[in-house]
Amino acid sequence: MKKIWTIAWKDFRTYFTSPIAYIVIAGFLIIMGWMFFFNLSHFNLQSMQYKQYGMGGKGTSITEGIIRPLYGNMNVIFLFLVPFITMRLFAEEKKMQTIQLLMTSPVTLGEIVLGKFLSAFLLVLTMLTLTMVYPIILFVFGNPDLGPLFTSYLGTLLLSGCYLGMGVLFSSMTENQIVAGALTFAAGLFFWLINWASQSVGQTFGEILDYLSLIQHYNNFSQGILETSDVLFYCSFIGVSLFLTHRVLDSYRWR
Amino acid sequence: MIDVSGLTKLYGSRTAIEDLNFNIKSGEIVGFLGPNGAGKSTTMKILTGFMPASFGSAKIAGFDVFDQPIDVKRNVGYLPETPPVYLEMVVEDYLDFAARLHDVEKAKLKAAVSSAIERTGLSQVRKRIIGNLSKGYRQRVGIAQALVHDPKVLILDEPTVGLDPVQIIEIRELIKGLAGQHTVILSSHILPEVTATCQRIIVINKGKIVAQDTIENLTNRINRGVLFTMEVKDATSSGISALKSLSGIKTVQIEGPGKLLIELNPEQGELRDIIIEAAVREKMGVLSFGSEKLSLEEVFLQLTTQENHS
Repeated sequence: MKKIWTIAWKDFRTYFTSPIAYIVIAGFLIIMGWMFFFNLSHFNLQSMQYKQYGMGGKGTSITEGIIRPLYGNMNVIFLFLVPFITMRLFAEEKKMQTIQLLMTSPVTLGEIVLGKFLSAFLLVLTMLTLTMVYPIILFVFGNPDLGPLFTSYLGTLLLSGCYLGMGVLFSSMTENQIVAGALTFAAGLFFWLINWASQSVGQTFGEILDYLSLIQHYNNFSQGILETSDVLFYCSFIGVSLFLTHRVLDSYRWR
Repeated sequence: MIDVSGLTKLYGSRTAIEDLNFNIKSGEIVGFLGPNGAGKSTTMKILTGFMPASFGSAKIAGFDVFDQPIDVKRNVGYLPETPPVYLEMVVEDYLDFAARLHDVEKAKLKAAVSSAIERTGLSQVRKRIIGNLSKGYRQRVGIAQALVHDPKVLILDEPTVGLDPVQIIEIRELIKGLAGQHTVILSSHILPEVTATCQRIIVINKGKIVAQDTIENLTNRINRGVLFTMEVKDATSSGISALKSLSGIKTVQIEGPGKLLIELNPEQGELRDIIIEAAVREKMGVLSFGSEKLSLEEVFLQLTTQENHS
């Protein structure tokens, strides 16, 4: 356990000693800030129009008008950014042969894999923490629901965790970082779109595709519903990715 | 300290090492000597638990490399061919990381890192980024990494490769200084390299151990008499005794049908023409004549000539 942390902390620090963390975080915050501004002003305009024309009712809520689209978009941005975060984790170690240090240290493969995953997870957590400035602004000037906000964060964290899991897996398969990044992005997108065909492949198969879709499980989170099955799905998705990474790394020793 | 028996590694159908057997006592410095591609690195990778052997077993400090890899790794410091250094890290931080990975207690971390830095002469660069250091310093950081947890066994794969002559002498002195406290295996394809540092040499060629002995004994074996083989049509006993009676010849053995192995006394002059003349005189029907090299000698020759070229 201690060594998982040793590896995670070393790799987390490496993100900040190289330009990676700064570029990824800056890009992320610029895009998110722009989207928040757009969502907020659009929502203001809509609310104003509701009042002016006296349409009755309350119009859209902050959750529907700002939080849902904002965190939905954040998930798309993570789909693009996670490959850049994970691609170096194992690929670079293999290329520079520094993996020999890890493999000849009294550390289990499982600890190495978990440490690597955790380092990337910490970076995503840092990015998410920085976005908390948006809810703070909403709380200062309005009265948003806390529940959907909480589940949106949890859902985004778990969904990004799935991307990270795939990223770690593909990084362990190659010593070429570009290959690792491209595969991670392609796989992430595939598991996002996998249920597009669910209407046209028959009921049973369609349900399976729906279940496998990463974004399908996010719907509940975005509405403020915390469903155990969704949490379990994301956790198992991460678990399977990391297990496969373990197998891939182990298989290299036997060649 | 290190027990290896029947160690074999196959890469697909290619045999990298075959049936290696050797023992290394505690505190010994042993050199693995062999040309490039002889299987030195493969053996070291198996001993460090980096990869498993196909057959055979290896024990380090009483722990089996395959069954108890964690215990083995705790007791081994390893410097691979390319030092496994993170170029973006500071020397001190890197050694701290390596020490933590190798179970150095928290209270002793600082002392362990400082002592490794001192022993490898890195004091001046301890706060610098490894990527900005020269090849020689990176190599030293690699050695420091292997030393930092004060392991019982040190396995160094070509520790002086790529260093300048002054650095080579420094590293050799460093390794010699480790004798007694650590058991050291180092590999090299250069003969003087191992004779300068090691007490014992294991010569590997084409995946097999050709010889293992102290340096003096090996030198004696090489200086043994010169051997020739001669193929004849008719290996008559009278012919053989005539050959034996020539001056300067130690023995004549029958190796197979019509094949004779002739050993000369050490430091004889040119005797080939005399031997052939005698054989012709005895009407043995000489078919071929050539010098027989010992496999060990062959390897040594290769090693010494490589040194001259480089």
